Amino acid sequence: MRQKIDKIPARLDLTQSVTGLILGLFIMGHLIFEASILVSNEMMYKVTVMFEGYYFLGQTHPAIVSLLAGFISIVFIAHAGIAMRKFPANYKQFKTMQKHISIFNHDDTSLWMVQAFTGFIMFFIGSVHLYMMIAQPEHIGPFASSNRVVHEFMGPLYVLLLLSVVSHAFIGLYRLALKWGFMEGKDYRASRKRFKILMKAFIAIYLILGSLSLAKYTYIGMTHDFSTCAKYKSKTINLEQH
Amino acid sequence: MNDKKPRILKISILRFDPHDPDDFPHMETFEIEESDGMTLFIALNEIREHHDNSLKFDFVCRAGICGSCSMLVNGKPTLACRTLTAKLGENISLAPLPLFELIGDLSIYTGKWMRYLNEHLETWIHDKEEELKFDNLEEKMEPELADEIYELDRCVECGCCVAGCGTIQMKPSFVGAVGLNKIARYHLDPRDKRTDEEYYELIGNEDGVFGCMTLLGCEDVCPKDLPLQSKIAYLRRMMIKASMN
Ligand code: HEM
Ligand code: SF4
Ligand code: SF4
Ligand code: FES
Repeated sequence: MRQKIDKIPARLDLTQSVTGLILGLFIMGHLIFEASILVSNEMMYKVTVMFEGYYFLGQTHPAIVSLLAGFISIVFIAHAGIAMRKFPANYKQFKTMQKHISIFNHDDTSLWMVQAFTGFIMFFIGSVHLYMMIAQPEHIGPFASSNRVVHEFMGPLYVLLLLSVVSHAFIGLYRLALKWGFMEGKDYRASRKRFKILMKAFIAIYLILGSLSLAKYTYIGMTHDFSTCAKYKSKTINLEQH
Repeated sequence: MNDKKPRILKISILRFDPHDPDDFPHMETFEIEESDGMTLFIALNEIREHHDNSLKFDFVCRAGICGSCSMLVNGKPTLACRTLTAKLGENISLAPLPLFELIGDLSIYTGKWMRYLNEHLETWIHDKEEELKFDNLEEKMEPELADEIYELDRCVECGCCVAGCGTIQMKPSFVGAVGLNKIARYHLDPRDKRTDEEYYELIGNEDGVFGCMTLLGCEDVCPKDLPLQSKIAYLRRMMIKASMN
């Protein structure tokens, strides 16, 4: 009787990719919803109450945001825990890789180092952000969020998080496509080139979008008078909590 | 073109004789005059003839077939016999491929490493011996499939993909693209009767296909242009499938 195969390595690789994909798609949506502030305060407010269930339940439940953030946290922790096993395990491995990268000078290898590095950074800053969203989901909105960026000093952390998450996610999605042969087509080398252009384009677009949103939150945070009330009052939607 | 003065190439070579206890790795630069259609094979022979007859390097076929002349050219693993100096700048650096046993200077022992790999991955047709009838005609194979298998059989075991792989530098127990390519070749071949579970035993782990981090150094340096990226992805899907049963 033959021994049964050990399925764990296959499961780990698949889970790493699936969690990476979920997080990647999530970030693509998340940064666009954040950018609603660029349209108007009212627009950002509408997006906020949408996630709190207003348009589906008729009233707002910030707990829904907590749940969402909780789900993303679980995926985030699973992904980090599994992908972590690819990190250089000691100084010798790290140095070997560094040397290889500097001699070889090969894009996709260097990008991996960027991914490992940004992944490591996100252990810390990603966790802070996620925890706040779970713990204080009601403090989201055009004024509350601006207040957090400026007066609760989350601005610098968000800048770092934006840089890390955008580069990490799109390099990751690029690698994901090649790794599984997604949309290889007849000429897989031509598709790789196309994916690479897409990756660079998305990194650029999302960095610009994210920076503009952050700038707008910062501007509101600096100019708005928070002494009366930190909450935004909508002209069209009237709610007790908001 | 011919009346132009030929370039003087400055070729820096990482030299080291591991068998000489007094020697240590050092760079040595040789200046030679470039000739028309010069390859690194010709350049290195020039150096050995006119500058230093102790320089060690390997060549057999001079035509990109035997795979023995692989080395790092300006940091990139490639076959020296197929590298035209005209495509390079005046300053050229040469070093032996890392990871393989060093014989001396640019000469490395890829054969030993490859042999171990082939034994470990059992890269030969596995058939059920007791059912094998030698007087039967060989089964027909579709020409497309035969071509596809032949394409992967073109690997010359030069080791460039190994030297270009960051994963294997960090974790030397990884089988590398050369090993994965061979498994893909036998997996395609209907004459090999191994089941997916048996293949999984060989490469369904982190020294096998799940260790690959898709850095694609292998894909970008293989001098035979083998479809490594695509075949590794294929194996990954096959092995996930095998794990689902
Ligand atoms: C603490 C947080 C994180 C860590 C430590 C981390 C680490 C890593 C590492 C080391 C890899 C490379 C794995 C490999 O080469 O096989 C990777 C891949 C990836 N990461 Fe992350 N990551 C984190 C968060 C994120 C986030 C927030 C996203 C998305 C927004 C993301 C998306 C991806 C994707 C799409 C891949 C490619 C998946 C694959 O190759 O299977 N990661 N991550
Ligand atoms: S796969 Fe390509 S690079 Fe690797 S050993 Fe074979 S021929 Fe050389
Ligand atoms: S794709 Fe895989 S085998 Fe090829 S260089 Fe990268 S890690 Fe190595
Ligand atoms: S000498 Fe045979 S491949 Fe270069």
